[in-house]
Amino acid sequence: MTSVGAVVRDPGSSIKNKTGSWRTFKPTLDKEKCIDCGNCILFCPEGCITKDYDIDYDYCKGCGICAEECPVKAIKMERE
Amino acid sequence: MEIPEKELLAPGHRACAGCGATIGVRLALKMLGENTVAVSATGCLEVITTPYPETSWKIPWIHVAFENAGAVASGVERALKAQGKDDVTVVAFAGDGGTADIGLQSLSGAMERGHNLIYICYDNEAYMNTGVQRSGATPYGASTTTTPHGEESFGENKPKKNIPMIMAAHGVPYVATASISYPEDFMMKVQKAKEVEGPAYIHLHQPCTTGWGYDSSKTIELGRLAVETGSWLLYEIVEGEFKITYRPLERKPVNVYLEAQKRFKHLADAEKEKIQNYVDEICAELKI
Amino acid sequence: MIKVMSANGAISEAVKMCKPKVIPVFPITPQTTISEYLAKFVADGVLDAEYIRVESEHSAISAAVGASGAGVRTFTATSSQGLALMHEILFVAAGMRTPIVLGNANRALSAPLSIWNDQQDSISERDTGWMQFFAENAQEALDFVIQAYKISEDHQVLLPSMVCVDGYILTHTVEPVDIPRQEDVDEFLPPYEPISYLDPKNPMSLGTFTDPDYYMEARYDMQTAMDGAKDVIRRVNKEFEEVFGRKHGLVESYKTEDAEIILVAMGSICGTIKTVVDYLREKGEKVGLLRVISFRPFPQEDIYQAVKGARRIAVLDKNISLGIGGVLFNEIKAKMDVNASGFILGLGGREISPDHIIEIIEKTRNPTETNKINWIGLKEEE
Repeated sequence: MTSVGAVVRDPGSSIKNKTGSWRTFKPTLDKEKCIDCGNCILFCPEGCITKDYDIDYDYCKGCGICAEECPVKAIKMERE
Repeated sequence: MEIPEKELLAPGHRACAGCGATIGVRLALKMLGENTVAVSATGCLEVITTPYPETSWKIPWIHVAFENAGAVASGVERALKAQGKDDVTVVAFAGDGGTADIGLQSLSGAMERGHNLIYICYDNEAYMNTGVQRSGATPYGASTTTTPHGEESFGENKPKKNIPMIMAAHGVPYVATASISYPEDFMMKVQKAKEVEGPAYIHLHQPCTTGWGYDSSKTIELGRLAVETGSWLLYEIVEGEFKITYRPLERKPVNVYLEAQKRFKHLADAEKEKIQNYVDEICAELKI
Repeated sequence: MIKVMSANGAISEAVKMCKPKVIPVFPITPQTTISEYLAKFVADGVLDAEYIRVESEHSAISAAVGASGAGVRTFTATSSQGLALMHEILFVAAGMRTPIVLGNANRALSAPLSIWNDQQDSISERDTGWMQFFAENAQEALDFVIQAYKISEDHQVLLPSMVCVDGYILTHTVEPVDIPRQEDVDEFLPPYEPISYLDPKNPMSLGTFTDPDYYMEARYDMQTAMDGAKDVIRRVNKEFEEVFGRKHGLVESYKTEDAEIILVAMGSICGTIKTVVDYLREKGEKVGLLRVISFRPFPQEDIYQAVKGARRIAVLDKNISLGIGGVLFNEIKAKMDVNASGFILGLGGREISPDHIIEIIEKTRNPTETNKINWIGLKEEE
């Protein structure tokens, strides 16, 4: 059934939809090279990079913005 | 600047890979915080974030239609006020179509009436939700599905409608332009908009991989090129006082921005020169 | 307390006593005085509400949906072109299940432009999911607003209501109206308790995007709510009678029990019809009136029970669905097996006299062609 007025009472519930399956290229982050600038975290359209620079592959669509914006090229995009 | 860690827009949304709109909303919500109600106009953002029975929003959110985000936000703001919930921030998100075109009347009313709300236009310079049709915010020379280039056409033949200045003409206390590629500048402006008493308007430039025709990894790069070439300006107008908030060290030729996108690929040198001249004229006036 | 006032005044008094928190209104003839009375109430501090001076009717209803979504009782009012401008958002208001109450001053739709009365405006919104109650006089306009909040806000219903009053005929003529005591209204109408609303402490998403897996159920729920609203209306009518002593219903039967010919109509015209019925009854003619009060939900059972004994019925429409005829006539024909004739009259404020009603009764008694659209008061070519 559809709720009255199609109201969704479960905030943030889109996490049920794992968009990681969309990905063709997978980013891998080399923490040795990382200088903790935070660019990848800020610029991720999914908001799926943690403050410890762990990428949540359940949601990463593989857009490649993080790799592009990394000033020290610590992120590599590889075909899955 | 301290950037709050908490994400208030959940992943799993249906935005294209490399979407600039979701970056903008994520960053805005970080500054606005949890004690915020969001209003969305119909558009990409609304469709990608609330596919029933899911929602990406972790704050209360309402969508009514395409052309009325200003009016809906007005109603929300007054209803919260009537309940003594004056501490809740009201933010409206609408695309350039919902702002510059179909929603302009409703937005104008809301701004003129002085509601205490923030209106953020995420401007990707065409109707992207329906497949890249031109809007009033489509720039000169861009090829869209309703201003296609061809034997008799070089694409959109009018310059971008200047909505931030139209908002400024309403005499609202805070108007700013921003870009997702300059997050600190943008977030500082969101913070100011939040603190100001009365209506605040932020016009957020936001590249669109699908509509502009570039690789999804280049969203931030394109936004940056727009600003570094003087094609998009970052400024704020506080209580009527205009101030440029970012000046490129050395302004790049517009060509590097145009050539990075499919929507301008067809342009002949004469048209590109016209665009450069147009940009030069504005930048000269503003000393950029 | 009895006061002499127009239906617009009566609606405004009712709104004041129902205490909506947000009132977005845009003035339009002949609704205008509602927008003025309410502004004055707020200015005088006798109504504690946020009055939003919106820039259009589209924004009026949009702001009302936003305010209702944020959890407060809301009111707006309009007429004709204004209601048509709201059309898109009327669907949204109903679909989002916001129990807004709207006062509509019934007026003809352009073109040609007319500011005078017919009922085309609200009738044209019949599919939007709004309940529609047609008042016969100013007293009913007041009573229906108070009842409308209780019906709309009932958790079994949660659909918006329109209280319809005939433009000028009711909006700009004055008559005695019994104004209830505030404490009685407070007793009758409890504070609004929304089931979903915008609250940072309990975040919900309102007005979401449904794919083909979910849309139909949402519409089915609305139809179920609309059907169920009939019982809620009956219950609320009864409670209203207990507190205020005035009896209302989905329909009103006037001398129909033994009637051979029954006229069916809505709104202020029923006052004229009652006078004619009384006149003809004195002459021994068995005629009656069935007044439809609730146009949506459509009370087909109540209508049928009232008219089934009649030899013939006449349905009077102050509207026309071009290409088929009067809407009330066609809906009655579609829903029940009755010998009915349809009459179009009073469009754009065209005068309706007792003689016209007698003409309708004569034409119904001896119909030439039952499916014909009968125009009353039309100036024929010379």
